[in-house]
Amino acid sequence: MTPIRFSPSSLREGRWYEYVIRFGLGGAATAFAGLVSSRYGASIGGLFLALPAIFCASATLIETHETRRKREAGLDGKHRGRKAAALDAAGAALGAVGLLAFAVAFSLLVESSVPLAFAGGSLAWLIVSVAAWYVRRKWRLVRRAHPVQKAIGSRCRGAIDRLECGPSNPRSTERRVQ
Amino acid sequence: MTEYVVRFLIGGAVVSAFAMLGDALRPKSFAGLFGAVPSVALATLGIAIYQHGAGYAALQSHSMMAGAIALGVYSVVVCHLLVRARLRALSATLLSIVVWLIVSVGPLFLAGGRT
Repeated sequence: MTPIRFSPSSLREGRWYEYVIRFGLGGAATAFAGLVSSRYGASIGGLFLALPAIFCASATLIETHETRRKREAGLDGKHRGRKAAALDAAGAALGAVGLLAFAVAFSLLVESSVPLAFAGGSLAWLIVSVAAWYVRRKWRLVRRAHPVQKAIGSRCRGAIDRLECGPSNPRSTERRVQ
Repeated sequence: MTEYVVRFLIGGAVVSAFAMLGDALRPKSFAGLFGAVPSVALATLGIAIYQHGAGYAALQSHSMMAGAIALGVYSVVVCHLLVRARLRALSATLLSIVVWLIVSVGPLFLAGGRT
């Protein structure tokens, strides 16, 4: 089974100003998308609905949290922080596939029913994102089980592999960084 | 002006809610999915429908597809910059914005995008 779990204690790691930054960036990105739409039209404005402004803040905060946690343990946490941010980026790449599914479902449904478009789009995002994450996870576990395939993996993929938690890699970052 | 204040407040609230949900989920690669949650889209498309109607929102969602593809490319580039070039997260994410702009806006301009 997948080890997906809800860990509300993680929220206590955040500082109050980090939540203010996220609120501010989210609000600014939404206002900016509206401004671009009204000035340059819906086609250009629509691009900015997928602007990675929030991701910049999230990845930086993840790196900061991991670095801080390692430093509190008396270690240099820069490397760990960078790896945790890279893992977040890998997840965001899969989430982008879901975002594409949201846009397709929304555009197909919005002119027939607005509530259905929001519900269908959100459901499409959830199903496609989770399925992409699950398939990637399974594929990496299978790949690790085959030494030849493992050997031909690129340096970057190998680094990300080491971050993933899996039964063949008990010392992985993800398992330790919970 | 009021319109943009409302956009700011709604966008900030929706983005914060999804960001907190992502923070509380494990493992990290799964939580990363929430880096591409359509939070800005949900807020903006809702306001677009209220102000301009469903046709306008449909047009926005069409070009959002290009933005989503660009976000996927952007995320992969960020990942490589962090692992290979060993950049800090802030530098990697900000530098890669150029990639997002080229992949999303570039084809639209080349095709003489209809606005």
